[in-house]
Amino acid sequence: MNNLKVLMNGIIKENPIFVLLLGMCPTLGTTSSAMNGLGMGLATLFVLVCSNVVISLVKNIIPDAVRIPSYIVIIASFVTLLQMAMQAYVPALYSTLGLFIPLIVVNCIVLGRAESFAAKNTPLSSLFDGLGMGLGFTLALTLLGSVRELLGTGKIFEIVVFPEHYGMLLFVLAPGAFIALGYLIAIINKFKKA
Amino acid sequence: MEYLLIFISAIFVNNIVLSQFLGICPFLGVSKKVETALGMGAAVAFVLTIATIVTFLLQKFVLDAFGLGYLQTIAFILVIAGLVQMVEIILKKVSPSLYQALGVFLPLITTNCCILGVAILVIQKDFNLLTGVVYAFSTALGFALALVLFAGIREQMSLSNIPKGMQGTPIALITAGLLAMAFMGFSGIV
Amino acid sequence: MKKLESSLKNMLLVLTGITVLSVAILAYFNELTKEPIAQANMKILNDALMSVVPGFDNNPVADSDTIYKMKGEVKTVDFIIYPAKKDGEWVGTAVQSVSLGFGGDMTVLVGFDSEGKIYDYSLLSHAETPGLGSKADVWFKKGEPGDIIGQNPGDKPLSVDKDGGEVNSITASTITTRAFLNAVNAAYKAYLTGEVEGVSGATESAIDSEITATENKE
Repeated sequence: MNNLKVLMNGIIKENPIFVLLLGMCPTLGTTSSAMNGLGMGLATLFVLVCSNVVISLVKNIIPDAVRIPSYIVIIASFVTLLQMAMQAYVPALYSTLGLFIPLIVVNCIVLGRAESFAAKNTPLSSLFDGLGMGLGFTLALTLLGSVRELLGTGKIFEIVVFPEHYGMLLFVLAPGAFIALGYLIAIINKFKKA
Repeated sequence: MEYLLIFISAIFVNNIVLSQFLGICPFLGVSKKVETALGMGAAVAFVLTIATIVTFLLQKFVLDAFGLGYLQTIAFILVIAGLVQMVEIILKKVSPSLYQALGVFLPLITTNCCILGVAILVIQKDFNLLTGVVYAFSTALGFALALVLFAGIREQMSLSNIPKGMQGTPIALITAGLLAMAFMGFSGIV
Repeated sequence: MKKLESSLKNMLLVLTGITVLSVAILAYFNELTKEPIAQANMKILNDALMSVVPGFDNNPVADSDTIYKMKGEVKTVDFIIYPAKKDGEWVGTAVQSVSLGFGGDMTVLVGFDSEGKIYDYSLLSHAETPGLGSKADVWFKKGEPGDIIGQNPGDKPLSVDKDGGEVNSITASTITTRAFLNAVNAAYKAYLTGEVEGVSGATESAIDSEITATENKE
């Protein structure tokens, strides 16, 4: 029950993108299509879960003063593992996401959760926190990717909804990322207040 | 000529914030006033240039030399984190006035993804040390330019009447989108 | 369990321990994925080659020539030529060529048959605007608006309609089209040198890493 609450907390109440506004760079940079958003979300989910669990396992043997550098090493190791695995098995996705994969290291969500949750809780609930935050992030990225892909090219996950020449190309390009996310957050704010 | 091209491309055409999406957090976070935006821009320019030199040397003389290319991410982030601390300490000792101007922004820079991003890009694009430094410095100028422009707009905006749901982040993001659209006009000039 | 104290000894021990452990795991994993990564890269190149030249049974990657320029100490690769043979007979050549597009370098793999006609092409990498210039990946294929398949750049260099040529430009992306056609025309010139001179003085056998990758695969 309690773990379930932790899980839902990350997905809805403290959604990293729509509520906490963390990790904006990959959110804007990789969501030109729903597929890319989903891929980036899952990559971040993997690093979040692994680093959360490992950090909560070793939290007691790490002296406070070297806490942050130790966390960074652990997170960076998982990111590198992910980089290698993606290059080997999903090279196409790896080359589209490009620079944003190594940059998961500096994604505020990962270090933020390590510091504010995993360092204080048991491995099991850290696992659920990682899952919840990761899923919340994935959900937000996929949603933004779908909106941009639909408005820009008339497709969602490559499935044609309306003909491409009615699409507003702007939404696939850089300015569209900012504008689409701005409107999504405004809509969610509206719902939250209601 | 080559340097001029890199310079213009990094500032206007491939602006780090508005077209590459790196360093969005400080872009949205410290852009409420032009003054703080200038401070942040200067701090980033300073750290980015030094970090690029150090990570470049690290890559060429340590990682490449020993075939440890796969440790790039881990090595770069540690070096950058250490470097920021060092810059902070040295600045405090050597130039208290500069420290006062930039000090508050330095701790924020470790998690600024444009530092790590640019360090990796310089290696990926196969720049040499000099072009790499020119690239890093112009990128930082581009960051500062975007930040200051954005802060200027937000200062004006705080005086205007914004619909309730749009207040705060949403209107900031949409403004950034319009700014990005303006910068798209530069594409193709290099 | 109580937290470890932040004494200098503890801090050094823990940090070193974590770093050594991480590096060890990464080194092991690196060995593990080296092979699949090399194979994945080879597969991308091989698939591209397969689609741009007529059926072959040799290994074009192992037979490839690299034409490069020395600019000070930096080596810039201009073209990579992959000859395709079937039963020992030469059936065509794929040429990798680079040109400056709208958003940055654009790398194209163009396949020519033995008569110098364009057999097919593949866009290996580009930085063109999504939805506009990025359409170049299919725009010039057979049956598409800018069809260039079957043309011979030796008869007349390809050029875009705006410059008085015959190739339809991609909508709103003349610069991309021009860059693409330049890459194709340049590839044709490289194809001629590869055909006429065989291995010229300026060429060098494929990069070492590529050869090792091929050997590993076999």
